[in-house]
Amino acid sequence: MAVATKPKVTPKIYKPEFPIDWCPGCGDFGIVNAIHQALARLNIPRHQVAVVGGIGCSGKAQYHVSTYGVHTLHGRPVPYATGIRLANPHLHVIVVSGDGDSMAIGAGHFVNAGRRNVNFTYLMFNNEVYGLTKGQAGPTLPLGLQTKSLPEPNMNAAVNPLMLALASGYTWIGRGYSYNIRHLVNLIVQAIEHPGSAFLDILQPCPTYNDLHTKEWFAGEDIGHGRLYDLQEEGYDPVIPQDADEDTVRAKLLRFIEKAQEWGDRIPIGVFLVNKNIDMYEERINRRVGNYFETPPAVRPLADENGITLTDLSPIFDEYLMT
Amino acid sequence: MVKQSDELSWRVGGPQGSGVDTAAGIFQRACAIAGLHVFGRREYYSNIKGRHSYYDVRVAHYPLTSHREQVDLLVTFEPESLARHALAVVPGGAIVYNVRDADVPLEKITFLDARVRADLTAYLAEHELPATTAGVLEDARRRGVQVYPVPYNEITQQLAERLGVPKAIADRTLNTIAVSISAAMLDFPAEYVVRGMAHVFKGRQKIIDLNTEAIHLAYQYVHEHFDTEPFAFRLDAEKEHPPRLLLNGNQAVGLGKLAGGLTFQTYYPISPATDESVFLEAHSTFPLRNGQQGSVVIVQTEDELSAIAMASGAALTGARSATATSGPGFSLMVEALGWASMNEVPVVITLYMRGGPSTGMPTRTDQADLLFAIRAGHGDAPRIVLASGDLEEAFYDAAQAFNYAERYQMPVIHLVDKALASTTQTLEPFDLRRVHIERGLIAPPLSSPNGTGPYPRFEPSETGISSRVLVGTPGRIHWFTGAEHTELGRVTEDPVVRERMMEKRMRKLETAAREIPPEEKVRVYGDEHATFTIVSWGSTKGAILEALRRLAKKGVRARFVQVRLLWPFPADELRPYLEDADPLVVTELSYSAHIDALLRETTGIGADYYVLKYSGRPFAGEVLYTVFQRIHAGDAERRIVLHNPWE
Repeated sequence: MAVATKPKVTPKIYKPEFPIDWCPGCGDFGIVNAIHQALARLNIPRHQVAVVGGIGCSGKAQYHVSTYGVHTLHGRPVPYATGIRLANPHLHVIVVSGDGDSMAIGAGHFVNAGRRNVNFTYLMFNNEVYGLTKGQAGPTLPLGLQTKSLPEPNMNAAVNPLMLALASGYTWIGRGYSYNIRHLVNLIVQAIEHPGSAFLDILQPCPTYNDLHTKEWFAGEDIGHGRLYDLQEEGYDPVIPQDADEDTVRAKLLRFIEKAQEWGDRIPIGVFLVNKNIDMYEERINRRVGNYFETPPAVRPLADENGITLTDLSPIFDEYLMT
Repeated sequence: MVKQSDELSWRVGGPQGSGVDTAAGIFQRACAIAGLHVFGRREYYSNIKGRHSYYDVRVAHYPLTSHREQVDLLVTFEPESLARHALAVVPGGAIVYNVRDADVPLEKITFLDARVRADLTAYLAEHELPATTAGVLEDARRRGVQVYPVPYNEITQQLAERLGVPKAIADRTLNTIAVSISAAMLDFPAEYVVRGMAHVFKGRQKIIDLNTEAIHLAYQYVHEHFDTEPFAFRLDAEKEHPPRLLLNGNQAVGLGKLAGGLTFQTYYPISPATDESVFLEAHSTFPLRNGQQGSVVIVQTEDELSAIAMASGAALTGARSATATSGPGFSLMVEALGWASMNEVPVVITLYMRGGPSTGMPTRTDQADLLFAIRAGHGDAPRIVLASGDLEEAFYDAAQAFNYAERYQMPVIHLVDKALASTTQTLEPFDLRRVHIERGLIAPPLSSPNGTGPYPRFEPSETGISSRVLVGTPGRIHWFTGAEHTELGRVTEDPVVRERMMEKRMRKLETAAREIPPEEKVRVYGDEHATFTIVSWGSTKGAILEALRRLAKKGVRARFVQVRLLWPFPADELRPYLEDADPLVVTELSYSAHIDALLRETTGIGADYYVLKYSGRPFAGEVLYTVFQRIHAGDAERRIVLHNPWE
């Protein structure tokens, strides 16, 4: 493996020297630390990574990773990330997006990214509220709950991100917790290594605006045991092997659905799905154009030494030449 | 070539899905193969099957730049086209129609718009004729138009018998037969029709054989049954001629993008832009002159916001990246257009204008997106806007748009419209040696990537331009953000940095205005020293050029100032022409004459006359000629809106 020959790097090199303006105790800190550690473990050169964020507290995460960082528009990190990755498939692209960014304003992009299966890692910072605008209900906040800055209980039901990811076609689906960093690093490493769209739902307290699903709530202080448990420790196998038959696929999906419904006193985290049965979009492009990985859009030569275009249109002209 | 005139205006009409495009395709190719110059114009509804569409094909021994509203030869095979277009046929011209359509009441024609039916009924009543196709045909006869009934059904029956194929199969050649009848009436050699048809049905030998037989039967029918002596038009082939391309506007833009080094294009389906992306997808691999294979990645996105965002993401990595859309799609893109301005992203947006606002008229033309293209978005957001006047310009401009985008590091909006998109034209093959690639300032990679600090990609400079970093470049990491940012691309709300960065971005417009040569901004046609001055932009060029030629023949001195760069607006280059204009005539396909607002805003000089059209149909040269003549004679109101109820 090429990775073994590279000099070892520490998470520190991915940490820029700028102050961070998240609230003290914010779950985002844990996620950003996990990103640093995952990149270090994979030993990916900084310039080969693009972290692409949306708008909101989550969207600031790319400022705290010392790689190329792209702070886009509310709900739109996915199309930007897709463009970056498809133009240069030698880059590692990581989307950092909140639950509002992903499941509300950007839901259309979220769904359609699943249909494509471009190779990127999607980290959804799920705190159930719109923090930066002072705590309105996010699309993952359950119906009827009232977090502290809501004047009335939530009128909308919650979307289940795992189910939406499954229905959309994400080929790697997992869930982590921002304060279980070791576990989270493992998940992010697997998500980055997965050749396709990997969606990681990261449960994350918002200490300022979400007074219901707090660090203490996840720790289960009210019920005497932690609410989160690791699927893999219970023997859940998320893998749909390549060329799996229909029955295997169906059985896997039913098990996934069952697990994705669990909430309340027992909440599963870990890897829910690894679907090896679907190729990534980049492979489909390559089958169409032949030399995609050798000369992807970002690096294809355009001009000769005199600056004249290299494009030869004569075969196309022949098609339209009236002879 | 013809007895009466040196050119021919030919029209075919029919329900969509019935082969109108195929018919026009055969006729245009036949004429082009015969060495004639062709100008085609397609009008159609936003509909898949059943609604009326028609195609004008104008042919001549010299290059053409506009369609004509009058028709010399009308080819129909169902009653609606007969009803809609018979009035456009000139005396001495001819109508070909299906014998069974000789007497159809207008009220039985399902898709004839109520307004057309009412106006036509009133016209016929005025001439004491019934509201039927019989009335329409009688009116034509009285006006000196020859009418030729064709028993299509008998001909296809004969075809079926001769080839031993089912009648339903033979019936599919209806459009070929209609074209061939008209070609035979013109004494145009059948050989060209066969070749034109074979070009349309490329390689599908069974279909080609069937249609070849249909062509011969149609010619035979005309020779045996028609007296074409009173029909005044004939069409000859050109003896010596270079082979020419036959292209439409979508294809010309697509080819220009390929020439300009496009490697990544996104789109969401929308009329009339989609055909460009589909064309590109069908031609996504091609040779490069260095022996490598060239390719372009085409992505169909979930919406237009995604299309521009994805194209912008690709552009960040160094891809020459574009998207193509129309008004409603461009409205959606505005959010990300601002992001591209803010992050100095060289992304190209081809905007095919169509009738607005809202859904408007998806398949009809308009120029009323000009001010929107220039102003779209919140905040002061720099962009370059250029507009092409014809298919040749569309090709070279599509390539040049990338150079502007990369030199000035901002989005470029390339304005074309539905009229250009669906214009088909014979053209000399484009010269790719004229296509230069200029990539602007790009920071080179560094050798020790991990040890270096972030790179000041957005560092202010005298020109406003700073070195772009292609995402993935070793040693140059930095950030991008739609928020106001420092030179490293990190968020700032500091008032001084804000001013500096705003000035940096906006200064690039001044640099562009200074550097872009005058001939790329403004072109003047006709008599440069004339004072009769027509100012326009975009697809109106062809019709204005024809009007100018006709004016010149009448001894009227006039010039046409074509504005090609719309933003930054070339006020300095225009001012000399505006100052001595007498009169200044603004010509635009819009209600409110957008370009006049720009002239007034930037030079203080506005139009004396407005020639406008907003029916969704393009100007015809012959019509503009008569309007300009009236203006020249001092016999016109200030605001002239052109109408044609039969288009």
